[in-house]
Amino acid sequence: MDRIKTIETRDLCASAEGCGECQTSCGVANQPCEN
Amino acid sequence: MHHQYKLNGYNIVLDTCSGSVHLVDDVAYDIIAMYPQHTPEEICRSVGEKYAGRPDVTEEEIRKCIAAVEELKARHKLFTPDTYEPLAGAYKNGSTVIKALCLHVAHTCNLNCSYCFASQGKYHGQRALMTPEVGRQALDFLVAHSGSRRNLEVDFFGGEPLMNWPVVKELVAYARSLEAAHHKNFRFTLTTNGVLLDDEVTEFCNREMHNVVLSLDGRREVHDRFRKDYAGRGSYDTVVPRFQRFVEKRGDKSYYIRGTYTHYNTDFTQDIFHMADLGFRELSMEPVVCSPEDPCALTQEDLPVLFRQYEILAEEMLRRHRQGRPFTFYHYMLDLRHGPCIYKRIAGCGSGTEYMAVTPWGELYPCHQFVGDERYSLGNVWEGVTRPQVQEEFRACNAYTRPECGDCWARLYCSGGCAANSYHASGSVQGVYRYGCELFKKRMECAIMLQAALSQEETP
Repeated sequence: MDRIKTIETRDLCASAEGCGECQTSCGVANQPCEN
Repeated sequence: MHHQYKLNGYNIVLDTCSGSVHLVDDVAYDIIAMYPQHTPEEICRSVGEKYAGRPDVTEEEIRKCIAAVEELKARHKLFTPDTYEPLAGAYKNGSTVIKALCLHVAHTCNLNCSYCFASQGKYHGQRALMTPEVGRQALDFLVAHSGSRRNLEVDFFGGEPLMNWPVVKELVAYARSLEAAHHKNFRFTLTTNGVLLDDEVTEFCNREMHNVVLSLDGRREVHDRFRKDYAGRGSYDTVVPRFQRFVEKRGDKSYYIRGTYTHYNTDFTQDIFHMADLGFRELSMEPVVCSPEDPCALTQEDLPVLFRQYEILAEEMLRRHRQGRPFTFYHYMLDLRHGPCIYKRIAGCGSGTEYMAVTPWGELYPCHQFVGDERYSLGNVWEGVTRPQVQEEFRACNAYTRPECGDCWARLYCSGGCAANSYHASGSVQGVYRYGCELFKKRMECAIMLQAALSQEETP
C-alpha cells in the first residue's frame, strides 16, 4: 500500500551547488528560476 | 525540520530544508509525527493501538511505513538537516550588484485613498514629478552597478505613474537604447489606479510592460470605501471598465489585479471572487499596512476569520480549476518544481542591496515603503550609496537573521519576512512582524495544498 506519495519538487540541497537572474520579489518562493 | 498539517482532506508533510512535499495517509501522518522523538518499537505500539480496528494496519504494514520514512530521510527528502546558514551571509556580502529599481516617477495622485501607505502619493513630502534627466541618470546608475546581470527590472511607481506618462515612455525608450551595447534585458512594470488608463497607454503597456498591476479592491462598496477621488467620489465605475478593456487587449501577457483588504472586509474572498466574476484571472489581495490605531487596521480577533478565508479561497480555486475556469492568486503561485534556488530563498527580496527605490529628486531608498523616511536615505543616483551603514542593515537581513525564525518551518518561503513590515511593526528592519508571519504561514499551507492537489490531478 502506498501510504506516502512524494510530489516532485526542486531539490533545494542540489540548488546550493545563485545566478541572480530571477525577478526581484515583494513573492520569494513563487517566481520561477530563470536559469 | 518538517511541518505537517491537514487541509481540505489532504495530509501534507513539508520537509523544510529539501523543499520536498509529501501527501500521506493517516497512518503515515501519525508515524512521521512520532518519528523524531520515538523509537520504531514505540511508534509500532502506539500506531497499532490507534488503528486496532483497521485490518489494513498490521504490524508489518506499520514497519513497512517506518522503513519508507527512514528511506526518505536517507535520501534527504524528510528530516533534512539545515546546512544553509553559512550560505546566507556569503551570498549577500559577496555581491554589490544592483538589478532592480523602483522609479517613483510621480509623487502625486489623482485619487485620495485614505489607507494609502504613501500618503496619497506624496510620501509625507512635496508633490513632484520625476524629470527625464533624473530618470535617465537612474537608468545609467542601474546599468553601471548591474555587474554581469543580464535581466534588469524597472518599476514605474508612484503615486500614480500615469500622471507622468510622457516621462515613462521616454525612459522606456532610453533603457531600450542601452540594451544592446550593455548586453542587458530590461523588464518594465507599471502600477496604476486605472483612472488615466486609455487606449494609448494600453497599447504601449502591451508592447513594453512585462507586467502591470491594476489596483482594485473588489466589490463596488468595498473599493469605493477608500478609493475615492478628491471630490469624494468612488472610483469603481471609472476604473473597472478600463481594466476590463485593458485585460481584454493584454492577450497572454502578465498583469494582475491587486486589492487591499482591511478590518472592514475580512470576508475578502468575496472580493476576489468578484474580481474573477468580472473576468480577471490574475489576482492578488493584500492585508492593509497601517497604524494599529487606525479603524481599518486588522485585529487579533480577525486572524481566525482571515485564516478561514484563505482556506475558502484555496478550496474555491481548486473547484474552479476543475470546472475549467481557473484564476490565479499571487501568494498561491508556488512553483514547486522550478522555483527559486536556496540562495534566493535565504536572501529574500534584496531591498536595500540589489533593489532600491528612486524618488523624483533622484534619492535612493531601500525600497518603496521606506521612501520619505530620511533615516533610511541611502544616497542618490549621481553619487550612489553614500550611507553604507544603512545598506549594511539590509545586507544583514536574511532567513537566519532573526532568532524568532529559528524554529519556523516557513523561513525558506518568506526569507525572514518583509523588512518594511518588520520596521513598521517593531522599529527595526531586523525585527519580526508576527501578525504578518501568521498570515504568511497560513497562505503557504494553502498554497502547498493547492499545488499538491493540482499535481495529483496532472498525474495519470
